[in-house]
Amino acid sequence: MTGMAGRVDPPQIVACPNGPLLVRGDMDLTTPDGEPIERTRKTVALCRCGVSAIKPFCDGTHKAIGFKAP
Amino acid sequence: MALTLPSDSRQTNSPAPERAGAPSTSTARGPLSDRILHVILREPTGDDALDGTTDLAARATVAVEASTDIARDDDIQLALFLLYGLHYGSLADAHDGWEWHPHLIAARRVLEAAFEAQLRRDVPMPELPEPTAAAVAEALFTLTSAESDGPSLSRFVAAKATREQLEEFLIHRSIYTLKEADPHSWAIPRLTGRPKAALVEIQADEYGGGRPDRMHAAIFAGTMRGAGLDDTYGAYLDFVPAVTLASLNQMSMFGLNRRLRGAIAGHLAAFEMTSSIPNGLYARGFRRNGFDDDVCYYFDEHVEADAVHEQIAGRDLAGALAEDDPTLLADIVFGAAACLTVDGWASDVIVEAWMAGESALRMPRATTAGIGA
Ligand code: FES
Repeated sequence: MTGMAGRVDPPQIVACPNGPLLVRGDMDLTTPDGEPIERTRKTVALCRCGVSAIKPFCDGTHKAIGFKAP
Repeated sequence: MALTLPSDSRQTNSPAPERAGAPSTSTARGPLSDRILHVILREPTGDDALDGTTDLAARATVAVEASTDIARDDDIQLALFLLYGLHYGSLADAHDGWEWHPHLIAARRVLEAAFEAQLRRDVPMPELPEPTAAAVAEALFTLTSAESDGPSLSRFVAAKATREQLEEFLIHRSIYTLKEADPHSWAIPRLTGRPKAALVEIQADEYGGGRPDRMHAAIFAGTMRGAGLDDTYGAYLDFVPAVTLASLNQMSMFGLNRRLRGAIAGHLAAFEMTSSIPNGLYARGFRRNGFDDDVCYYFDEHVEADAVHEQIAGRDLAGALAEDDPTLLADIVFGAAACLTVDGWASDVIVEAWMAGESALRMPRATTAGIGA
């Protein structure tokens, strides 16, 4: 996707307090083999607590386990 | 009155249920809703006395004064639902000419004032955080954390609900979910800057990111069809209790009154923050009853989507709004607390009925000819 002045939409990653990494913008999300992981929405939340059942995406479980981000 | 909301058909491969059709008349629940139905189903003549609107606000006042519990008052909540329905276009047979009729707006304001007063009185308010995005987001996550492992309804659905109870659950949910996101969209032009961008980011996803088949309301319609239910908007209106209507009416009130823009922002944040985990539990209950991925798509989608939305709603919508205008802080927290309280009431009605071995609907579906699957 091209943004202003024909440039790509630069990726932005927000480290949510005690929660996921919120990812906006152009970015390839792949498996270790380089297979693309389908991204069905523009902005995604990547799990960083390790317990999501839908990794690499966050499913909100970090709240249930009381995850504290380092 | 046929209530119709165009819905996309895609999603499930299950055959559409026999369309007995939405009820051609919605049943009044008392004198006020009876009068409003009587008015809005006819074309305005321009003669208020003839149309029967002259004393509508006075009738609303009578209803409010006689009511001991506005949120659970069937006549008042249906009246509000019908009046807001003029703005959504959810009542196919209501005449468009009534939307901004001053007598109907006047009646709505009487009902809204009483409803808001009850909420201000009965909704428990936590201590207010500092008006910074970080503090507000943290406070909202704390406020909603008691709910985030799922209110008892989602646990009941996951572990125990029968197929019939799942259908009742979808029927209750259909009142809001077939127009999912719409009440909060009223807030878009009522906000500016960062909170507005955040709300639009969430709503764009709710509306499918440009793909009509991925609109959450359309996905839910597919789930209803997959469960053998009628996905016509309002098909089950007569079956849901006042408090289910109150849940939607509260959102409509917060969204349509600019002065309550703090409350609608807080409402959405709390709604999103109590969604991912319960939706995972709903999916479990539907799969346990043999429903396939098509039917569960709605719940699966919300597990992922709302884990994104809650982050945006907490900080960039509600938090940034408090930062931009600290005078809205109390209403932001009020909107969040009201969401938890009213949706808690609505869930309790369902769970209590099921625990008692009863239907959670106002009347049995089986004996009502032509309705249901
Ligand atoms: S960060 Fe949300 S589930 Fe792991």
